[in-house]
Amino acid sequence: MTAKTKTKRSKAQTSGSHGKGKAPLLEVQNLKTYFYTDDGVLTAVDGVDFQVAEGEVFGLVGESGCGKSVTSLSIMRLVDPPGEIVDGRILLQGEDLLAKKLAEMTRVRGRQISMIFQQPKSSLNPVFTIAEQIIEVFKIHENISDEEAKASAIELLRRVGIPDPERKANAYPHELSGGQAQRVMIAMALALRPKLLIADEPTTALDATIQAQILDLMQDLRDATDTAVILITHDLGVIAELADRVAVMYAGKIVEESDTITLFDRPLHPYTQGLMGSIPVLGEAKERLEVIPGNVPSLINLKPGCRFASRCAARQEYGLEICERVEPDLIEMEAGHKVRCWLYQEYEGHTPPLRKGGGR
Amino acid sequence: MKKTTKRTPLVEVRELKKYYPVHGGLLKRQVAEVKAVDDVSFAIFPGETLGLVGESGCGKTTVSKAILRLEEASAGEVIFEGEDVLAAGGADLKRLRRDMQIVFQDPFSSLDPRLPVGESIAEALLVHGIGTPQERFERVLEVLRKVGLESYHAARYPHQFSGGQRQRIGIARALILDPKFIVLDEPVSALDVSIQAQVLNLLSDLQAELGLTYLFVAHNLAVVEHISHRVAVMYLGRIAEIAPRDNLFSKPLHPYTQALMSAVPKKHPADKKERIILSGDVPSPLNPPSGCRFHPRCPIARMGHCDVEEPQLRELEPEHWVACHYAEEFI
Repeated sequence: MTAKTKTKRSKAQTSGSHGKGKAPLLEVQNLKTYFYTDDGVLTAVDGVDFQVAEGEVFGLVGESGCGKSVTSLSIMRLVDPPGEIVDGRILLQGEDLLAKKLAEMTRVRGRQISMIFQQPKSSLNPVFTIAEQIIEVFKIHENISDEEAKASAIELLRRVGIPDPERKANAYPHELSGGQAQRVMIAMALALRPKLLIADEPTTALDATIQAQILDLMQDLRDATDTAVILITHDLGVIAELADRVAVMYAGKIVEESDTITLFDRPLHPYTQGLMGSIPVLGEAKERLEVIPGNVPSLINLKPGCRFASRCAARQEYGLEICERVEPDLIEMEAGHKVRCWLYQEYEGHTPPLRKGGGR
Repeated sequence: MKKTTKRTPLVEVRELKKYYPVHGGLLKRQVAEVKAVDDVSFAIFPGETLGLVGESGCGKTTVSKAILRLEEASAGEVIFEGEDVLAAGGADLKRLRRDMQIVFQDPFSSLDPRLPVGESIAEALLVHGIGTPQERFERVLEVLRKVGLESYHAARYPHQFSGGQRQRIGIARALILDPKFIVLDEPVSALDVSIQAQVLNLLSDLQAELGLTYLFVAHNLAVVEHISHRVAVMYLGRIAEIAPRDNLFSKPLHPYTQALMSAVPKKHPADKKERIILSGDVPSPLNPPSGCRFHPRCPIARMGHCDVEEPQLRELEPEHWVACHYAEEFI
């Protein structure tokens, strides 16, 4: 199944090389993860390509069901039946993770890629102390003594801002607040200095003032380490805070990708534009919010054409008929800024109403 | 201070308290109290939306439930059109409840999965003995249309709807008795952002059309700012600040409100945001700090005063009330 992805690969390499000249740490090529449900095949991730450079924070943003979490679980090879990775390649420093045996994957997880989740408390084992859980990470992957492991664990807790780490190390998860538990999860994830950290909605379950603390911590860690981060969130504010580059996902596909500042300055895809208009912004109260009508389509038995077509205001505004027939490609509009939309792409018999450097 | 127009509140909460007993020890005696809501007073005027905002555990949901007597308050009064809801019994309470409804955060768990939604919506009419079956059916279709659903939706079951549609059903059910006052308890926080905007606009439209009064309880400051006319900020069971929306957000006078606002992620990646990072977590309401409850996390706290004397709400500017000894510094 991987033979046909070769052409895609060379295309991706030429277009994604703006990350400060660094070679990509991670390359996801034509990833397809489907779920074989009783109702039919659910195309949760349907042909996703992106690259993450060393040390960069790459945001994946979208609403529930867009495939952002399944993408991250696919990278970790943690997709359970009825889900299955049916196509694509996931190259970590050139090595295809999808070709690895499960035993080899165990060594990749934690050491090279680690992950933090939305619910830190349910990711910690309630019957072991914090220190025991961090020490376990060291013991599995590194040949060090108990004393060294404990000292390293305490040092890690100090780095992620746990007050009085010597004492807190002996605490059980239920004795931690939500913010502290997320700090512990971050400590565990960074224990082995992984090359890539996947953070799946790391602050969504936290209160506002605690979210600010964790965002602050992640910013400090980003500056202090060279760990790259895939930041998965539904919150464009979190993206604005942390991400260097960002991909917007909709219904299993990336619909727009660019550096973060450009995305906020000139969103090209009607979905991205709609999303930005529908969020209330503090200090900018307006009478009415812009609305994206309708709901995300079911990912079983998708209609042909663009997946956003039925909700798209721009399609109606420009009277485009191609949208419901043919699916657009993710094309590069300007250096590093890609969009998947017929407003910008040519096709036989279709002249795009907006062209390069366009947008609104 | 001269009040321009003396308005009569639709709902007035006076010195509301809700303490939960904590049992412990061998004999399971009461050993302590959690002061979830500790002396809260505010008024809501006809046709307005009062936003009630705060972090988890601040008591905002307990306040909203106590107003409707879904939780029995420990002390205080809730005056609704001149009647004390907390003292009302039996038939009086039932009559009052026709005018006071609630919409919950999770529209799925608040709907009976085995009942077609039309029946769920009609249930309140049945309870209050209103109308014939035919009239009830027509009323259900009417409120379904009001919330942007179709009449054929009445025969469907909750699992057949998306999250946003289910929240519309929750709103339809609150509207069926033609209430004057609706408590909206985190009505959009479980929804995706594009759906959240649809529901917020719907709530605004319904308020304009039906003259509804809302208490909008939420943790998301931007959402509260968008929908509210006035806003109350709660911290650890008490109101820290209450003011008209624009005053509160353009000139927050309580250091907690300021920190809460600065904690909101920036809206553009190029923005430079000065952030007040509060140290530590919200303390437990089981054993709240002495004096001002915010003093251990407060950047301007003065020891010897703030940790001793509890600040009361003071009206520092017209209609702008703050519970901070040193709020004058920010005027």
